[in-house]
Amino acid sequence: MFETLTGRLTQIFDQLRRRGKLSEADVDAAMREVRLALLEADVHYSVVKAFIARVRERAVGAEVSKALNPGQQVIKIVHEELIATLGEPAPLNLSGPKPRLLMLVGLQGSGKTTAAGKLARHLRQRGERVYLVAADPYRPAAVEQLRTLGAQLDLPVYFESGLQPPELTARAFDKAAKGGYTVVIVDTAGRSQLDEALMNELQAIVRRVPPSEVLLVVDAMIGQEALHVAEGFRQAVPLTGLMMTKMDGDARGGAAISIRAVTGVPIKFLGTGEKLDALEVYNPERLASRILGMGDVLGLIEKAEAAFDEQQARKQAERLSKGEFTLADWLEMMQSSKKMGPLSQMVEMLPGELGRAARNIDPREMERSVRHAEAIIRSMTPAERRNPDILNASRRRRIAAGSGTQVQDVNRLIKQFREVQRLMKTVQKTGGRNLTRLFG
Amino acid sequence: MADVFSRWKEGLARTSQAAFGRLAGVFGATEIKAETWDELEALLIQADLGLETTAEVIDSLRAGVRTRGLRRAADLRALLEAELRARLDAPPALEFPARPTVILLVGVNGSGKTTTAAKLGRRFADEGRRVLLVAADTFRAAAVDQLQVWAERLGLPVVAGQMGADPGAAVFNGIQSAVAREMDVVLVDTAGRLHTRYNLMEELKKVHRVAGKALAGAPHAVWLVLDATTGQNALAQARAFKEAVGVTGVILAKLDTSARGGMAFAIRKELGLPILFAGLGEKPEDLTPFDPDAFVKGVLAD
Ligand SMILES: Nc1nc2c(ncn2[C@@H]2O[C@H](COP(=O)(O)OP(=O)(O)OP(=O)(O)O)[C@@H](O)[C@H]2O)c(=O)[nH]1
Ligand SMILES: Nc1nc2c(ncn2[C@@H]2O[C@H](COP(=O)(O)OP(=O)(O)O)[C@@H](O)[C@H]2O)c(=O)[nH]1
Ligand SMILES: [Mg+2]
Ligand SMILES: [Mg+2]
Repeated sequence: MFETLTGRLTQIFDQLRRRGKLSEADVDAAMREVRLALLEADVHYSVVKAFIARVRERAVGAEVSKALNPGQQVIKIVHEELIATLGEPAPLNLSGPKPRLLMLVGLQGSGKTTAAGKLARHLRQRGERVYLVAADPYRPAAVEQLRTLGAQLDLPVYFESGLQPPELTARAFDKAAKGGYTVVIVDTAGRSQLDEALMNELQAIVRRVPPSEVLLVVDAMIGQEALHVAEGFRQAVPLTGLMMTKMDGDARGGAAISIRAVTGVPIKFLGTGEKLDALEVYNPERLASRILGMGDVLGLIEKAEAAFDEQQARKQAERLSKGEFTLADWLEMMQSSKKMGPLSQMVEMLPGELGRAARNIDPREMERSVRHAEAIIRSMTPAERRNPDILNASRRRRIAAGSGTQVQDVNRLIKQFREVQRLMKTVQKTGGRNLTRLFG
Repeated sequence: MADVFSRWKEGLARTSQAAFGRLAGVFGATEIKAETWDELEALLIQADLGLETTAEVIDSLRAGVRTRGLRRAADLRALLEAELRARLDAPPALEFPARPTVILLVGVNGSGKTTTAAKLGRRFADEGRRVLLVAADTFRAAAVDQLQVWAERLGLPVVAGQMGADPGAAVFNGIQSAVAREMDVVLVDTAGRLHTRYNLMEELKKVHRVAGKALAGAPHAVWLVLDATTGQNALAQARAFKEAVGVTGVILAKLDTSARGGMAFAIRKELGLPILFAGLGEKPEDLTPFDPDAFVKGVLAD
């Protein structure tokens, strides 16, 4: 559904085909699509409502820039507002007397223990002396899990059975101070914000040892409840930041917006894998595009504008819209795409499903096959390029010889072309007219 | 049975603290108005039913209201409950077609597989079956220890994989050992994996194949453990796991939290998968057969 947001917006505005200011009707039509996109991304219902109202106000009457069509213009505004809502990434607060206490809190299974390991590794690389505290005495082998990570990193892990987490944390803190450690990372047990006893426990920890950082660790796959979860944790403890985990999957992560809206705390890190080096500093543009399900569409639009000859792109688009897509078009597309930069980089920017699929392909392999394809198409006569149906066995042999390839290669290319042609038709039907989505 | 019901109620009691008068907004008004439909939409989307299911439910209710000539918002409530209930099935009776019957638990990271393995182990053992647990998460730190602790607490035998070793080996050994020891049920706890990771899904397929080599016909069931807190991504997860290893049923974990688990509807409809159990806490006894009536009440609870 998301994949086609750009396409659907483009379609809406194509019907109007005019420039100037965005009218109320234009914007309303667009806002309906944006709303769906955000809800699909798990942004909370009420947050979507407020967001749409804000964007709508800004978009109505906005001047459409010459370089963009109205659809792109609206996306640009939506994107900018999303970035503003998500806010700038914030660094960890490591000021104040040492050691500083850093605490990880969140629902069961959200990724706290792994995050503790990742942050320990990250901070050690920055020259901190890190002390880990296993403050989850409840879940079976939770302590052992952190100990294993500590051993991998060669860092100490504190735990003492029989102690409640607040007492445990206080003792760990004293030990760390005496041992000259500069950062103490406390891994707490997973809990629901509705569990009063366990939320009281968090408060008790915070009272015993005031933390410099309390990071809420949230699974990127979380649904609408993210809002209530964040609200519950915020009420109990002084949250200072958010970490979204499991961003290596295909969840869009709209919860980040809901959580920002209710807590106001900055997003500090993203978890992008199970290994301890899979920690990323968050980038607002990327996350905004992901939530909209567009890949880095804006970047792609910019590049496309620079590389494509507008006139030529339009002609191609018009033929496409009539369902005509020939080998000659494909060749042109491949050539323009080369002007846009290395394929590996383009793949990074492809939206949604397509991007995911493409990332499984080795880019070098892809560049090689594009070179092959070019050679083959170049060896065809114009008539053959227009209508590959006439390619009988002898023509195929001639083309293979002319392009320095095998007949199988020619056959494969024709087959691939049929696929692309079919894909073009589907994209056409779903309203996607963005040629740049079809490289490779 | 009373026990089961009280668990659902306990779970729901907690849930109800979270939402404040959600239904009051929808059904408080005496007449069905345009806003009633907007509020209904808000309610369903906030329970993670997703846009498509929400639209279908509302369309169906509108039709119902029209054909029956309903005016009062209160009548809508019963209609809504019936509509949601009709979209779910009571779980089919469990089958144990072989001795041992091998059940594979799969799912994304942190969804609740290991805990569910322990819960199911306890449940089947209580029913008088001989249960063997297999710890085949050889990847996550101390995942094997986690299941071993449960096995010890529950007094169940466990076959554990070597950390970092091939999970297929653990599964093979586990099943062989279960055959030798004449076990009734083998519960295999696998490592969590995102459904988008090609290599990890291939690894899971291999585990599946290895089970079949150890015992013809195994695994006899593949259960997907889903975190009820999950939003729209749940459908993609279920689809991918079903495609890879032929999931035969779903277990919804963490329904005791404030999560409503509304994506169960889309999973039922699009993939035809039955929901078998609900996880209602972190203790081994916190698992009950999925109860669609209680579930619908939970979705609509204020
Ligand atoms: N793919 C992926 N998996 C992750 C990420 N972060 C954590 N995980 C996995 O998610 C699962 C749960 O992570 P934990 O770190 O144990 O989560 P937790 O919050 O400590 O869990 P509890 O203590 O049981 O509440 C494990 O299988 C981790 O390997 C991530 O960024 N990407
Ligand atoms: N509240 C609640 N927590 C659960 C439930 N099932 C599992 N958990 C918790 O969720 C976390 C992840 O569970 P685990 O079994 O380790 O997940 P796995 O990574 O899929 O094996 C643990 O902290 C469990 O205690 C449930 O039904 N309710
Ligand atoms: Mg943990
Ligand atoms: Mg596990």
